[in-house]
Amino acid sequence: MLKIENLHAEVERKAILKGLNLKVKPGEIHAIMGPNGAGKSTLASVIAGKEDYEVTQGIIELDGEDISELDPDERAHAGIFLSFQYPVEIPGVTVTNFIKTAINESRKAQGLDEMSAKDMLKKIRQKSSLLEIDRKFLSRSLNEGFSGGEKKRNEIFQMAMLEPKLAILDETDSGLDIDALRVVANGVNTLKSSNNAIIVITHYQRLLDHIIPDFVHVLHDGKIVKTGDASLAHELEAKGYDWIKEKIIS
Amino acid sequence: MKYTEDDLREELKTKEYEYGFYTDIESETFPKGLNEDIVRAISKKKNEPQWMTAWRLEAFNAWTKMIEPEWPNVQYTKPNFQDIAYYSAPKKKPKLNSLDEVDPELLATFEKLGISLEEQKRLANVAVDIVMDSVSVATTFKETLAEKGIIFMPMSEAIQKHPALVKKYIGSVVPPKDNFYAALNSAVFSDGSFCYIPKGVRCPMELSTYFRINEGGTGQFERTLVVADKGSYVSYLEGCTAPQRDENQLHAAVVELVALDDAEIKYSTVQNWFPGDQNGKGGVFNFVTKRGLCETNAKISWTQVETGSAITWKYPSCILKGNRSVGEFYSIAVTNNFQQADTGTKMIHLGKNTKSTIISKGISAGQSQNSYRGLVQINSRAENARNFSQCDSLLMGNECGAHTFPYIESKNKSAQIEHEATTSKIGEDQLFYCNQRGIDTEKAIALIVNGFSKEVLNKLPMEFAVEAQKLLEISLEGSVG
Repeated sequence: MLKIENLHAEVERKAILKGLNLKVKPGEIHAIMGPNGAGKSTLASVIAGKEDYEVTQGIIELDGEDISELDPDERAHAGIFLSFQYPVEIPGVTVTNFIKTAINESRKAQGLDEMSAKDMLKKIRQKSSLLEIDRKFLSRSLNEGFSGGEKKRNEIFQMAMLEPKLAILDETDSGLDIDALRVVANGVNTLKSSNNAIIVITHYQRLLDHIIPDFVHVLHDGKIVKTGDASLAHELEAKGYDWIKEKIIS
Repeated sequence: MKYTEDDLREELKTKEYEYGFYTDIESETFPKGLNEDIVRAISKKKNEPQWMTAWRLEAFNAWTKMIEPEWPNVQYTKPNFQDIAYYSAPKKKPKLNSLDEVDPELLATFEKLGISLEEQKRLANVAVDIVMDSVSVATTFKETLAEKGIIFMPMSEAIQKHPALVKKYIGSVVPPKDNFYAALNSAVFSDGSFCYIPKGVRCPMELSTYFRINEGGTGQFERTLVVADKGSYVSYLEGCTAPQRDENQLHAAVVELVALDDAEIKYSTVQNWFPGDQNGKGGVFNFVTKRGLCETNAKISWTQVETGSAITWKYPSCILKGNRSVGEFYSIAVTNNFQQADTGTKMIHLGKNTKSTIISKGISAGQSQNSYRGLVQINSRAENARNFSQCDSLLMGNECGAHTFPYIESKNKSAQIEHEATTSKIGEDQLFYCNQRGIDTEKAIALIVNGFSKEVLNKLPMEFAVEAQKLLEISLEGSVG
């Protein structure tokens, strides 16, 4: 599904990703872990196509198509979803209005008619109950005055509504208490199917107790330096990132 | 693929004024220039009574001694008032009972504007009094209104048919000597609308006037007078578009509202005059005096969506004379390219327990300058007066400006005055967030701007709100910060 080869990327002329390789197949969950500044969030932004991030070398393919020249909205239409670490506020635009616009814009790009109000409502009802979201919440301005947990829950709600092929969860566990973490993880697990794939970016192992990854990758200095199964996350938790750094040096 | 400010600039340059077309209807135009003879000629042309002619002449004489105001935060070349023709009327002036009789070219113009009369008659239940180059050429729904005793007609006709009413109220809220442009308007106003709602009558439909400026080099001086008698209610809509012009077009309108005891007037404006091209050339100068007077327990609401004009100078105001009267001002002002707007309101609290609300949303893009200027004045006898003001500015790009000039004068200690202000910028993070959800940049801006303006858009009558939303999108196409 996703193929990244020898990816180099820089922000403001500073190299962040330095030859990263990653292959993700449908039905898989990949976790990307690593110390602060390793390039985890940069990887997420580069896949989503944020314009400040310049790809200097390498390829990014989705289903065999090179997406590196596509605009962020076109990548979204192709099925890429990014759950933001810091979701932005849009005052005066309700959660419902926002998600309705997002769905219909994607449908338009695929040559489909707008979703009927009836279907939209049905879908909203279904997905909001999955994430234990109070319906009143949906009439509030997007992310305005939301708590950290509400913001993340709202991100996963949008993911549920948009049904992406590839979802990247960037530090979704940060700012979540244990109950919210459980709800969000349950949501993600329910949305998971054999047709889609998920990349979980996280600093800590605790989210991975709830969303069990098929692969764990350790990112260090812009490269994936170690890949393993779910047990690698536990090992990292126990030994810390210094253990990886030491191993690389030796 | 990277969308930079340079791309934006290119895009804005190529964006032409959507409604920039010109209707070729024969016009009869006075020679350029202004003097007593021209004022008399205008009055004579309209077959006005002697008192009206005298009123105009007095205003003219006052005007000659006045100085054009320079305090607004706008810069422009002052119009040469001797280089303007002060009267222009379509030559064909048929009496019209149905749309079939309307000049097909005029109908085509309205089609282009998306305000086809057929649509309006059928769907919107709106009576339309069209002002085209100063003289009204069509009036509909008159009979329905007449049944309720509502008078809604061109000002020139009202002067003939209801002289006592006009004489009593014209200039009662905006005196002829009020300011430079009001004096000019009083001397040379060509036409406009007059509306009277009798005691206790609730006007069953939104009254609507579409103004157009058409003849090149013709200044337009509209005069609107709305009188709501005791306990009555009316909602009045005013919408404007103008064809593209190279030379500046001066517009100095006067709008007077009178809300007698327990009456309510809602006055809504969507304004989309030619704002000038990407170099700041051309565009309408909009110097308007709008003011309403509230008697006891009366209420006046001004709602405006301003997207057009090269220069805007406009402060729809309320004089809260009666006890317990209420004044409201809801405004969205958009400036793009080289547009300059100095707009806001005045709330003059004279009566006891008077209340006013000001919600102003300014959106600046391109190299435009957008200023809010507002006065809240509490007089010494206005016990327990209350005001709430909120002024929000939204910026796009790095070359535009937003300014706020709030003036508060309170002479009564019991007054409660609140003022809130915010300034924000459409950020790249917001745009990226929307993009990531599959919403392209144009649509994202429309979404963000609509969210920002929502509190004001919600105050507009339904059919007008849709039009206003469309206008906001058109005005800001490609404006990425």
